[in-house]
Amino acid sequence: MSILVYTESENGKLKKAAFEVASFAKGIADLMNTSLTAVTINAENVDELKTYGVEKVLKVSNDKLSKFNADAYAEVISQASKKEDSKIVVVSQSANAKYLAPLLAVNLEAGYASNVVALPKLGEGFVVERTAFTNKAFNMTFISTDVKVLGLSSNSFGLKENEASLSEEDFSPELSDDEFGIDVVSVDKNKDKVSIADAEVVVSAGRGMKGPENWEMIEELADVLNAATACSKPVSDMGWRPHSEHVGQTGKPVATNLYIAIGISGAIQHLAGISASKNKVVINTDPEAPFFKAADYGIVGDAFEVVPQLIEKLKEFKANNS
Amino acid sequence: MKILVCISHVPDTTSKINFVENDTKFDTSGVQYVINPNDEFGLTRAMWFKEKQGATVDVVTVGGKDTEPTIRKSLAIGADTAYRVDTEPLDGFQVAKELAKVAKDGEYDLIIAGRESIDYNGGMVPGMLAKLIGANFINTCVSLEVEGDTATAIREIDGGKETLKSSLPLVIGGQKGLVEESDLKIPNMRGIMMARKKPLNVIEPVSAEVLTESKHFRKPEPKGEVTLIDPDNLDKLIDLLHNEAKAI
Repeated sequence: MSILVYTESENGKLKKAAFEVASFAKGIADLMNTSLTAVTINAENVDELKTYGVEKVLKVSNDKLSKFNADAYAEVISQASKKEDSKIVVVSQSANAKYLAPLLAVNLEAGYASNVVALPKLGEGFVVERTAFTNKAFNMTFISTDVKVLGLSSNSFGLKENEASLSEEDFSPELSDDEFGIDVVSVDKNKDKVSIADAEVVVSAGRGMKGPENWEMIEELADVLNAATACSKPVSDMGWRPHSEHVGQTGKPVATNLYIAIGISGAIQHLAGISASKNKVVINTDPEAPFFKAADYGIVGDAFEVVPQLIEKLKEFKANNS
Repeated sequence: MKILVCISHVPDTTSKINFVENDTKFDTSGVQYVINPNDEFGLTRAMWFKEKQGATVDVVTVGGKDTEPTIRKSLAIGADTAYRVDTEPLDGFQVAKELAKVAKDGEYDLIIAGRESIDYNGGMVPGMLAKLIGANFINTCVSLEVEGDTATAIREIDGGKETLKSSLPLVIGGQKGLVEESDLKIPNMRGIMMARKKPLNVIEPVSAEVLTESKHFRKPEPKGEVTLIDPDNLDKLIDLLHNEAKAI
């Protein structure tokens, strides 16, 4: 048996999340004294996977899989797992991976743990740590099945280099029409902007911005930092910003390297959603705002004065450091 | 169209999260329970199908008698019939299996669940349920229309949206966007009175197997003090983010 990791790609190019799940899966392979196999779907160059400990890649190339289809992708990974006799299958927690993982688990009669944040402990059976209650707690979960599916929370493990020698093998799973019951009519992806899930930096703003017309400076700050933009719940409820930007307990979780909150007071639901981010900066006029208790760096000040200055300073910094 | 909405009984989003019995169990004392927000968006969308397209809407939950006020609330919002599968929910697969029985028996066209519950955040029940009953599945659904036996849905993807078409039966993993926050209904007195007369059927579980087991919980380490920076000294912030946090 080897550990199997599904390494995602987009437009033929492996995603950064692919290298993180590979690093994590390599950690499990080492714990269990076994090797690591990756499966890719329509990825062109997979060579970089060897940097993160992958020894073998099953390369699937199939035009029918050019658009994501959860059922079909789950079937591909199931067949790869059976071929390799893998007992552990690792996926990311991208929107697509979260979509396919439960289907994959049923295919493989596997127990599935989502939002995993650390390598398993093997002392008393197979136990993984995962987040629960929207990052307000961690839960140790025992998985009793022979085959296990793990979803790794993004940015929880990081990239770990572990050079391996890599062999590539073309793999052609058998797919029937049953796997294509859902028809993808159109995909509307913002190509100029980094998504919250993929961003290293997220710039988020709240009611303190006073109105949607004031978001230009937020966009500009995000632009300077190559960041995604996000917002608080009231801002999305009032229609100032799209729902897809709402982060928090009922919105999106954010586990980024740097989270900058501007004019967000820090409701408990918001703080839960962003707490997995490594570094948090808050800019708020109210020194009593709860966000100051959750942040690493805080500025008590008016966003309308601070943000434009910060943009200028960051531009200078970027010019001097590139 | 026959719709089944799966309801999870969860602590309100403002609840204090604590654990008891050597950190093995969630501390329910003083906790207010609500319909899982992701399920409530789906329930409200189901009400729209009822009003506009004459759909019937049943609701189901898996849980003990303590979940009945939550499922009654869904009746007060307008669901027709409620089912409670009388067993403690222990893991996602077990819950999906219990729901699959109800879904199969009721021959539903559309089954709406939330993309995840806000307590355990497993995010697996809708997908597993779909697979178990051989229905199509669309996750993180933010818009849903049904014409005849075809559904058109919009799904949120990382950095965008996707429009999908599917035949029925279909299982939805729903979230905000299916309806707006302002569309959510607070049950009125008439709804609450009517809900008392509506059937709440208690069903024996199929006693599905449990594949994962919660061992114990821990809370995150307490956070260190915030470093305050003078708004007139933003160079300091940039220096800290660059040299200390290594974030820029």
